[in-house]
Amino acid sequence: MRQATLEVIVPGPLTTVQDRGRTGFRHVGVARAGALDPDAAALANRLVGNADDAAVLEMTLAGVTLAFDVPLRVALCGALADMAHIARDGTCTSLGHGRPLRLPPGRLRVGRLRLGVRAWLAIAGTVSLPQVMGSRSTDLRGGFGGLGGRALARGDRVSMRVPALDVDTPSGPSWWVEFDDPIDHGVDLHYVPSAHPAAAGLAAGAWTVDPRSNRQGLRLQGPALESPRMDIVSGPVAPGTLQLPPDGHPIVLLADAQTTGGYPRLGHVCAADLPRLAQVAPGQRIRWTPVDLEGSRVLRRQRQARWKRLAHLLDTRLDPWMG
Amino acid sequence: MGERPGRPRVSWLSDDALCVTLGDGIDDATIARVHALATQLAATRPAGVLDLVPAYASVGVFFDADGIGPDRVCAWLRSELERDAPVSAPADARVVDVPVCYGGTLGPDLDDASRALGMSPGTLIERHAAGDYAVAMIGFAPGFPYLSGLDPALALPRLATPRTCIPAGSVAIGGAQTGIYPRDSPGGWQILGRTPLRLFDPSRPQPALLQPGDRVRFRPVDEDTFRAIAGAER
Repeated sequence: MRQATLEVIVPGPLTTVQDRGRTGFRHVGVARAGALDPDAAALANRLVGNADDAAVLEMTLAGVTLAFDVPLRVALCGALADMAHIARDGTCTSLGHGRPLRLPPGRLRVGRLRLGVRAWLAIAGTVSLPQVMGSRSTDLRGGFGGLGGRALARGDRVSMRVPALDVDTPSGPSWWVEFDDPIDHGVDLHYVPSAHPAAAGLAAGAWTVDPRSNRQGLRLQGPALESPRMDIVSGPVAPGTLQLPPDGHPIVLLADAQTTGGYPRLGHVCAADLPRLAQVAPGQRIRWTPVDLEGSRVLRRQRQARWKRLAHLLDTRLDPWMG
Repeated sequence: MGERPGRPRVSWLSDDALCVTLGDGIDDATIARVHALATQLAATRPAGVLDLVPAYASVGVFFDADGIGPDRVCAWLRSELERDAPVSAPADARVVDVPVCYGGTLGPDLDDASRALGMSPGTLIERHAAGDYAVAMIGFAPGFPYLSGLDPALALPRLATPRTCIPAGSVAIGGAQTGIYPRDSPGGWQILGRTPLRLFDPSRPQPALLQPGDRVRFRPVDEDTFRAIAGAER
C-alpha cells in the first residue's frame, strides 16, 4: 500500500463521498444518506477490488476531474460518461465505464453523464476520511460526514491508501458490466400502496420528474391527486416513502430525507426499484404499477439473484486486472 | 385511567421499515405511550433491528431486510404489542438542564413576543423557564427536539417573513410549540433566547444532547454565564 493524494480540479455540479449510509441514529434525526444506488456503488467497488460498502464518489449530471500522483485502479458505474485519462505529457486516452481501469499518474476527467443522471466512481484503496456515526457518507443537510459535510470543491485534496501498482499507460479490459439498463425516456416502477384513498391514483397518472428533485426527495409532476384534508401528526418516514403534500403532487423520499414527516403517505417504492430513482432525469416519465408486499419481495429476490450472477461472473474475470 | 386506548396499528414505511401508530393526535398520554413502547422495544430488540424512531404518536421500526428480514421483525413486533406493557413513560426519564440567556441580541424577539402576549419580558421568561418539557420526538434536522409541555398561554404565531439564518442554540416558540435550533438554519419561530450548549455535535460519541423521552428544564442565565459555558463547550 502507498499514500496517494487526489486533487479536485473540476468538482462537477454535485459530487459527494458516499458509502452505504448511517443507521442507529435515526431517532435523533440523522438521515441514512449513502449512495442513491447502492448496487451501482457496490459494483464499482467490486471492479476495483474494494469491499462493497467502501466509500465512492457520487456524481450528479456531470463528473469530476481529479489529479493524482501515483497509479490508481478505478471504475465508474451508473450513468454513462465520456471519461478520459490525461497523462502528464498531455496524452489523452478515452476510457470505458463499467470495468476496472489501471491509470498512471495524471488526471482523470469524467464529463457529462448520459442515459442517467448519477454515476459512482470507485478508487481501489481506503480514503483517509473519518467515519462519522459509523459512515463516511456526506450528510449535506446535517453538514457532516464525507469531506467536511459538503460537496467536493475545486482545490480540495483527499489522501488515500492505495495498492501499489506499476502502470505506464491506461489499460482496462474490452468487456464491461452494467447492473441496470440505462434510462432513455423514463422508467416503469413498482410501489406498495397504502390504505390512503389516493394511493391507487398514483398508478393511473402519467408522472414526470420535477427539476426541483434532489437527494432528499424526487418530486413528481402530473395530474394532482385529490386528497381529503386531513391533519396528520408528524411521524417517522423512510427512504422510499411516498408522501402526498397538499398540492397533490407526490414526493418520493430518498436517502437524504428528513427522518419525520407530516404528509399523508401513499405507500412506498419497492426496495428493488428504489435505486432506479437515482437515474431519472428531470422531465422524464415514471409509470407506477402497484404490487403487494409479497410482490415487492419477489422483485427484491430477483434483483439479488441478478447481483449474485453478476458477482460470480466478475470473480472469474477480474483476476487478471487486479495486479 | 380513562378509556382504554385503541389497538396499535402497524403499517409499512418501506420494505425495511414499519410504523406502529398509537394515536391520531398530539397529547401527553399518547406521547407517554409512545416512549413506553420505544423503551420496551429497545429492551427486547433482536439483532438486525437497526433503528427505533419514536414520534408524537408512532414508533418507526427500521430493520436489515437482508439480515433479520420482515417476517421475523413482524413476529417480534406482534408479540411485543400483545404484551400488556405499562402505558406510562418510565419514571426515571433523564432531566436535562438547558441554560438559556433570554432577550438582548441572543433573544431578539423577546420584547415583541411579550408585548403580543400582554405580559412583561420578565414574566414571559419566568413562565417559559417554569415549564416541564419533554422531548416528544427529534426530526426536521439532526438533533432538533420537538418539545411538548409549552404553557398554552405562551403560544405565538410564526414570523410573517422567516429569518434566513437563525443561530444554533436559539430557543424559540412557533405556534403552540417550543424548540431549540441545533444548527444555523432558516426558520420562522420567534426567538426568545439562546443556549450555549451544543445540541448536536457529530464528533461526540453520542452526537445529540437530547434523546426522545428526555425531560428538559430551561434555566435562565446572564450573558457572562452564557459566554463561560459557550467557551467550555468549544
